[in-house]
Amino acid sequence: MGREMTCKELVELVTAYLEGALRGRRRRRFEAHLAACDGCTGYLAQIRQTIRLTGRLTEERVTDAQRTALLAAFRDWRG
Amino acid sequence: MLVEQIRNGDEAAFAMLADELQPAMLRVAAMYVSSRSVAEDVVQDAWIGVLRGLERFEGRSSLRTWIFRILTNTAKTRGIREGRSVPFSSLAGDDLDAPSVDPDRFDTAVDDPRGHWSTLPDDWRGVPEERLLGNETFAVIGRTIDELPPMQAEVIRLRDALGWTSEEVRNALDLSETNQRVLLHRARTKVRAALERYLADEAT
Repeated sequence: MGREMTCKELVELVTAYLEGALRGRRRRRFEAHLAACDGCTGYLAQIRQTIRLTGRLTEERVTDAQRTALLAAFRDWRG
Repeated sequence: MLVEQIRNGDEAAFAMLADELQPAMLRVAAMYVSSRSVAEDVVQDAWIGVLRGLERFEGRSSLRTWIFRILTNTAKTRGIREGRSVPFSSLAGDDLDAPSVDPDRFDTAVDDPRGHWSTLPDDWRGVPEERLLGNETFAVIGRTIDELPPMQAEVIRLRDALGWTSEEVRNALDLSETNQRVLLHRARTKVRAALERYLADEAT
């Protein structure tokens, strides 16, 4: 077993971890560190919360002029 | 199916799809061309390309991914014609290697090979819901995303705000798997930091 993962290393790998891109030994080192570190556990929880909160953002709406032009193009296409 | 409805000339189905995708399409087009009005033009052209190509769409990718590929190609071509060349670094940002957390947050003096946090990240479950889910929280997130380099902003919007998969985002924005992940990482990291600053204020 190599040296342990540091907190500084772990925070750079959080997205890779959540994306399922960490495999094998790296993933085990990540999880071993997490299990022993309150700070990193708290950090990962914040990242998960950040994702959840961002998911509640609402998208801006298109302007009526753009919508009208687009629907005109659609009617044109439909013939 | 939506594609079928649109093929059959169902205007309401088309309008629904357009409303969903148009804001993101305008932002993506704007990355490659000189002005907002050219971007609007590009989006309109891309939709015409979509309608013309709809018969050939085979559903191997998701419909929205396919639409964005047409859009990205249209926008890039238009940008080249305008004599604009947009280096990837100016879209992606030059801070991709920056540390995710201020190094001062880690106490290297502690005799632990892992290096400990000098102050633990707050547990946001302790924040009252009316504050955590208040309008100002979403304004903070929105402002932070608006200030990101354009490709970082678009990746987090599509992935986390709109719920696209990483594969859809990669295909739509023509990014490698690694680039998509690095851009998402930087974006989430900055939104987290902004939330941490905001939620720490008047937390006591």
